[in-house]
Amino acid sequence: MKYMLLITQGEWYANGSPEDRDRAMEKVVEWWGKQFGSGKMVGGHQLQSPDTATTVVIERGKHTILDRPLMEAKEAIGGFGILDVADLEEALAIVKTMPQPDGRVEVRPILDRDR
Amino acid sequence: MTADREPRALLERVFREEAGRLTASLVRLLGDFDLAEELIAEAVVEALEHWPRDGAPERPASWLLTTARRKGLDRIRREAVYRKKLELIAALPTQPPREGDDRLQLIFTCCHPVLAREAQVALTLRAVAGLTTEEIARAFVVDRDTLAKRIVRAKHKIVSSGVPYRVPAPDELGSRLDEVLTVIYLVFNEGYVATAGEAPIRRELARDAEWLASLLARLLPNEPEPLGLLALIRLHLARWPARLDAGRRFVLLQHQDRSLWDRHAIGEAVALIERAARFRRPGRYQVEAMIAALHCEAPTWEATDWAQILALYTLLTEIDTSPVVALSRAIARRYAEGPAAALADVEALSDHLQGYHLFHATRAALLRDLDQQAEAARADAAALALTRNSGERALLEERLANTRWALHDQA
Repeated sequence: MKYMLLITQGEWYANGSPEDRDRAMEKVVEWWGKQFGSGKMVGGHQLQSPDTATTVVIERGKHTILDRPLMEAKEAIGGFGILDVADLEEALAIVKTMPQPDGRVEVRPILDRDR
Repeated sequence: MTADREPRALLERVFREEAGRLTASLVRLLGDFDLAEELIAEAVVEALEHWPRDGAPERPASWLLTTARRKGLDRIRREAVYRKKLELIAALPTQPPREGDDRLQLIFTCCHPVLAREAQVALTLRAVAGLTTEEIARAFVVDRDTLAKRIVRAKHKIVSSGVPYRVPAPDELGSRLDEVLTVIYLVFNEGYVATAGEAPIRRELARDAEWLASLLARLLPNEPEPLGLLALIRLHLARWPARLDAGRRFVLLQHQDRSLWDRHAIGEAVALIERAARFRRPGRYQVEAMIAALHCEAPTWEATDWAQILALYTLLTEIDTSPVVALSRAIARRYAEGPAAALADVEALSDHLQGYHLFHATRAALLRDLDQQAEAARADAAALALTRNSGERALLEERLANTRWALHDQA
């Protein structure tokens, strides 16, 4: 089953000192390298900072462009990944090994229309 | 070197015309907003030092570009990380480009719809019109740091989220052009209508908007709406001397001393409208300019061609369905067909405009015309209460940007 990981930016990344951030980032990069290497992480990217985001709001078929991210700064998404694993338990076990000091990760099964 | 040129006046003119143009071409060549702007700004600072002392150079634009190029090389040499940019700057031409004008790309990029309106306004004034952050902050009565952050953020977003540096394709030119025109008209209104801040600064802001509109009209010679906006702005400016009384209070159009209006400027603006009309593609700014022209050409308030103005407002409500435009039309109807008809139109807008002070003010005036004094007084009170509510007012202000003319002057 595939799972989408929606990863918030975390205080460590948004407001940490450059040194702390670099140190944490090193571990994060290493972790992602390992997951991609195992073949279980089949996609994913870090995103540019939330202030580069554009949000399109659709109301009654009308599209309005907003110069901001979807979510409040504290919850801003910093990146995403796609896991291809046996089940949710395996997905959560992998997420539990993520090395960043803080943040949130939403684990959401991807709807498979073929099933 | 020429002794008979006024270096400062020349620098001002050159900065106006050339700095924006040079910035625009540097942005294209370097792909870096900040760097391009800073280099030109540094060159201008150097010109401010040298030209008054040594006299202005024969070819000021080349001088600025050469200086900007040298500044860029100096700086980049100190920063090894920018090796790629070093190559780019070294490859810059020594002569300003003759063929194209990149300012159009710059304008469309600064007014890109992914930027919030206030960011578009600040960036356009900074990058295209060449105002300093300080000047923009003062004109909009915003804290300098807030404004600086706004500009930095907008540039960051343009570069890192991949906003393209180009003139929109023909199929989207219309909506993108609307965006640019709105920004310019907002700048104008800020200078012309808003009462905050010092008067001389605001007059300059109105002039900056006029310059931006004329630049746009020159850069897009096959589009009628920039001409319409330019005509509209010039018609407003032609009435500038009559709009404040000795006590610096606004004088309603109805009571303005028409002998103070600049007839020559009005004639020129009307010629612009006629030029735009030849394209046979009417748009909101052309229609508004026509309305303004009818006002400006009328010998007195009473002799104004209200039937024609009402017809133009009807056309405008077809282009822009916002209730604020409908309110303007109702006001025109008051003079064309009487207060009872106008009041019926105004009442029909009550669901949309309850929170808008000029809705209540207009209603009050019409009720008074119909001798319904008690009801009029209540409407006045509602208007007054809302005028102090700056939050709601700000929201409507933008929607109003294009119809303020009618409301401020007629209501």
